[in-house]
Amino acid sequence: MTSYILKRLGAMLVTLWLIVTLTFFLMHSVPGSPFNEERTTNEAIQKNLEAYFHLDEPLYVQYGIYMKSLVTFDFGPSIKRSSDSVNAMLERGFPISFELGFITLVTAIVSGLFLGIIAALRHNGFVDYLAMTIAVLGISIPNFVLATLLIQQLAVTYEIFPAATWQSPMHMVLPTLALATGPMAIIARLTRASMLEVLTQDYIRTAKAKGLSPVKIVFKHALRNAMLPVVTVLGTLAASILTGTFVIEKIFAIPGMGRYFVESISNRDYPVIMGTTVFYSAILIIMLFLVDIAYGLLDPRIKLHKKEGR
Amino acid sequence: MEKILQVKDLQVAFKTFGGEVQAVRGVTFDLLKGETLAIVGESGCGKSVTSQAIMGLIPSPPGKIAGGEIIFKNRDLTSLPEKEWRNVRGADISMIFQDPMTALNPTLTVGEQIIEGIIQHEKIARTQAKAKAIDMLNLVGIPVPESRMKQYPHQFSGGMRQRIMIAMALICQPEILIADEPTTALDVTIQAQILELFRDIQNRTGVSIVLITHDLGVVAQVADRIAVMYAGKIVETGTRREIFYNPQHPYTRGLLQSVPRLDREDAELIPIAGSPPDLFAPPTGCPFTARCESAMEVCSRVYPIETKLSEQHQVHCWLQDQRARKLAVPVITIS
Ligand SMILES: Nc1ncnc2c1ncn2[C@@H]1O[C@H](COP(=O)(O)OP(=O)(O)OP(=O)(O)O)[C@@H](O)[C@H]1O
Ligand code: SF4
Ligand SMILES: [Mg+2]
Repeated sequence: MTSYILKRLGAMLVTLWLIVTLTFFLMHSVPGSPFNEERTTNEAIQKNLEAYFHLDEPLYVQYGIYMKSLVTFDFGPSIKRSSDSVNAMLERGFPISFELGFITLVTAIVSGLFLGIIAALRHNGFVDYLAMTIAVLGISIPNFVLATLLIQQLAVTYEIFPAATWQSPMHMVLPTLALATGPMAIIARLTRASMLEVLTQDYIRTAKAKGLSPVKIVFKHALRNAMLPVVTVLGTLAASILTGTFVIEKIFAIPGMGRYFVESISNRDYPVIMGTTVFYSAILIIMLFLVDIAYGLLDPRIKLHKKEGR
Repeated sequence: MEKILQVKDLQVAFKTFGGEVQAVRGVTFDLLKGETLAIVGESGCGKSVTSQAIMGLIPSPPGKIAGGEIIFKNRDLTSLPEKEWRNVRGADISMIFQDPMTALNPTLTVGEQIIEGIIQHEKIARTQAKAKAIDMLNLVGIPVPESRMKQYPHQFSGGMRQRIMIAMALICQPEILIADEPTTALDVTIQAQILELFRDIQNRTGVSIVLITHDLGVVAQVADRIAVMYAGKIVETGTRREIFYNPQHPYTRGLLQSVPRLDREDAELIPIAGSPPDLFAPPTGCPFTARCESAMEVCSRVYPIETKLSEQHQVHCWLQDQRARKLAVPVITIS
């Protein structure tokens, strides 16, 4: 187990390094720089600024400088918000984004599993059709459209929930709903399909032949196996939720990382782009790693550690 | 001997898109205490459906028990509510299945899968249940059961898994064990070991076994009595001796001629020509008519009544009728 985790950690570092390098060079190959705006800056000042941020150095030197600060977890200063550092932005914005993402993920998993299971158990019945209609709608409606609809209906027309910002649990309902519906729908459909398949398996028949109750059969014997395909998509779902937070934060005026990230791209604020990309990539890579561990825990046939003797 | 189970005129049908499949069409047999009854017959003749009916496991829909009775301990199981069925399954009547590779849950330890059966049916502490499970694994010949309990199905071979299935089925000391093709998926040496285990367990526990198979070799090894099934009906029943040495139904004879036998090595193997009738529209007469070399006029019209040849030996064939004996003119001949 330990050797497996060490190996995985090594691979994760290599992946992260590749992402950093790729982002770095791709970003610098995009035309434009943080300082070419309409209004003309004094040439001397511009020179000074570029020197300060090492923008006048050759690219490979810049890369070296960046990597050096990165290994000390220093993402550098922001170019546009001169008094701000990327680390400070992350400290301010990330906890909020994380909260949104986490609540969304949990909501999506719990409600998706629930819908999928009852749909499978009521296969081809009314509940099944209802759940799958919800799921298809959830998959086909983009989260920003849903967000606007939710604000329009539940905040403006009926004034049940506040329309924007991130303060109380009530504020969290609409953004979470908007962001969680898509992933929930995906999980629901997947759970239903895999549950239906599992319920026809021989070991379910064995469980029935033992006289177990339907509840035990579903939750102890079927669900665990039905969860396996669901767990595999959790990594990608987490990624889509992560990027989804940027859009949703913008719509609901939530002071998370999204705002900084979007701004930084249009501003060519290199350190901020780099910092957020690296940080979010790291989180994603860790998520995928956790998914693999979870998979190994759910399915004993997957060996995470070295071969053991019979 | 005491009858532990009586199946009377059991009928099972499945509603499908193509119509109603009459899978079991009036099956009658008794199971005696401590015996092994083998049900043999070609694929699709309704063996598994019969066993599912005895377990109350006919998938419904599409299936339903259309008639008949299954009497166990003075109760008709066919009218048992599902809740009460659950108390019978695994406790009084247990079942093991054909493919041990897929019949165990891959994500639970074998220990857990054995223990949950006792816990379901008996008021018993977990530690005690565990001890029982270990004893049972010992009984079915799993070495070092204490550590094997914690392992998962994929860590066992096919034969070992079938032993675990047997342990699982026997853990609540059921009166009846139904084994549906329990050795078909195993290779020959393992097959022999498992059959040996059946006999051993029966000697120790006195459990009655219904053994379903299409393998007459298996039947010859373990069966006390044999019921030959064809197209949803039992066409001949008898002791092992009677069926092997004095088969009366042309189908039974055909079956015996189609498999190699150690006692008649020189005998030619003759497969039965033709195929069984369509169970969507089963014939009213003897279902074997189209394949029977001795078929007569009456065969296709009226289902043959039962003829009792001995205390144990019964057959459904018009050849047993006094009038037929005199005539015995085959109207249909298959070359
Ligand atoms: N769930 C079902 N739905 C529809 N038809 C079924 C179902 N189960 C069984 N049948 C039909 O019932 C008939 C008897 O099937 P059964 O499984 O009892 O045969 P069998 O004697 O066990 O054969 P085998 O040796 O192949 O296992 C077959 O014609 C089959 O198509
Ligand atoms: S009843 Fe007629 S058709 Fe059927 S087995 Fe006997 S002789 Fe053959
Ligand atoms: Mg079968």
